[in-house]
Amino acid sequence: MSLDVAAVRADFPVLARRARGGHPLVYLDSGATAQKPLAVLDAERDFYLRHNAAAHRGAHLLSEEATDAYEGARARVAAFIGADPGEIVFTRNATEAANLIAYSVGNAATSGPSGGRPAGPAAERLAVGPGDEILVTELEHHANLVPWQQLCLRAGARLRWFPVTAEGRVDLSGIGALVTERTKVVAVTGQSNVTGAMPPVAAIAAAAHAAGALAVVDGAQLVPHHSVSVRETGADLLFFSSHKMLGPTGIGVLWGRREVLEALPPFITGGSVIEVVRMEGSTFLPPPQRFEAGVPAAAQAVGLAAACDYLDAVGLDAIAEHERALTERALEALTAIPGVRVLGPLTTERRGGAVSFTVDGVHPHDVGQVLDELGIAVRTGHHCAWPLHRALGVQASTRASFYLYNTAEEVDALADGIRTAQKFFGAG
Amino acid sequence: MELESMYQEVILDHYRHPHHKGLREPFDAQVHHVNPVCGDEVTLRVALKGAGGEPAVADVSYDALGCSISQASVSVLTDVLIGRPVSEAMEIASAFTELMHSRGRAEPDEDVLGDAVAFTGVARYPARVKCALLGWMAWKDATARALAGQDREQG
Repeated sequence: MSLDVAAVRADFPVLARRARGGHPLVYLDSGATAQKPLAVLDAERDFYLRHNAAAHRGAHLLSEEATDAYEGARARVAAFIGADPGEIVFTRNATEAANLIAYSVGNAATSGPSGGRPAGPAAERLAVGPGDEILVTELEHHANLVPWQQLCLRAGARLRWFPVTAEGRVDLSGIGALVTERTKVVAVTGQSNVTGAMPPVAAIAAAAHAAGALAVVDGAQLVPHHSVSVRETGADLLFFSSHKMLGPTGIGVLWGRREVLEALPPFITGGSVIEVVRMEGSTFLPPPQRFEAGVPAAAQAVGLAAACDYLDAVGLDAIAEHERALTERALEALTAIPGVRVLGPLTTERRGGAVSFTVDGVHPHDVGQVLDELGIAVRTGHHCAWPLHRALGVQASTRASFYLYNTAEEVDALADGIRTAQKFFGAG
Repeated sequence: MELESMYQEVILDHYRHPHHKGLREPFDAQVHHVNPVCGDEVTLRVALKGAGGEPAVADVSYDALGCSISQASVSVLTDVLIGRPVSEAMEIASAFTELMHSRGRAEPDEDVLGDAVAFTGVARYPARVKCALLGWMAWKDATARALAGQDREQG
């Protein structure tokens, strides 16, 4: 199945606008946030126009409809990743989902999942304390790194990590020494937002499970671009953001295996998450409600469900193949330019569509500036992966990232733009 | 292209051939500032003179990693501020900060800012304002620390 890119682009009105200098917009920053198709905008607008109310509250028709819409969105997202609706927790974004896990695992030492003190082997298995270890990789986005660093500070635990290879992949050669009986959590990205590398998460999860540790996968760059069945990943918990997969900002998703979510105490507490509240203490609802405090983002959930519909209609496999072809073209075009160094694998094997690079003699910010002047939108800096950049020996990089609406001509425009930057700064 | 309005020849010259670069002795205060968005960084030293009377900027030395704008900006800073009384240098730094926040609509006073007026075009690009200000913020911080150190010695 192939993808009709012209038809797809017609669904994204923003792609038709002009950028700086009157140039057509070339949007190569979907790794930061994706553009939205009309179907997503219409779904959100329709919710506000006809059904808006606080979901899970109120004894009136609109509240009932809003609840149905919100819970329907949960079921739609669950189907999108091969999960049960009860395993889907809506969060504010992927970053909040990562923090939810880190805090809940930390809280497991002192709080039971349904209230009161912790008890039983499930709580013991989850609780992180002095002497325990959390294992991550050097490739992680700060969202899947800093919450774990902070958990280690609170719990007196130790953070360890798989190093990165020169090719920008996870170096698993030390896995035998890194995953031990002290390991409580192994948290790894499903796809690097910088190098595009796709670590073998199922193998890493299997190693984690063999040691009795939880396997956590950051799916922020994976789920929007590939057909993902959460059970096949081997993960216990996997999270991603709506806005990187054509959906609205303000909502993210945490998927967890039912028994894991059931064993975790809440993170943010207040309304919605409680079963009974007394002055002496409270008990909590089962998941997913246990983790969704406050009035839920129903309109955003509805928009995300529409994004799932849109992606499924185009076909995730067709999208992945389209991006693979664009990435291959970009890797060929960029490596052919003298002075350009691509950070990450140079083939599309187990690699997604984030292409980060440096240009000798031209700082990434200046490369981005010249590209912007040509209407080409890219990301510059460390892309929230500072340790990864340090490990690869660069201060910062320029990143082009592709999605279903990008074209081969846009890849060529990127390569031309890099040559223009070299010429402008006398570095070509 | 609008690029030339941002990357004035003065800026490109300072970027390619930075003035007063390198860390020097003696100095009264040293600071390290980073731009957390892009990782650009500057280590900057300030030496003051004229203890007792009106203090002046004896030297500004630095080591920096970053884009053309941040590199050129700190280089221009050294040209403009070294040798000035601190009070006057602070006024220039304030004028430069104001210019950078003007979205490019200000009419800069070349008599005050010297070569720093070349950054007027940069102010039209909000994402680059922090680049241009990195060295200036570091200088203000280092100078404040140096003055505080002098006060302590005299007190």
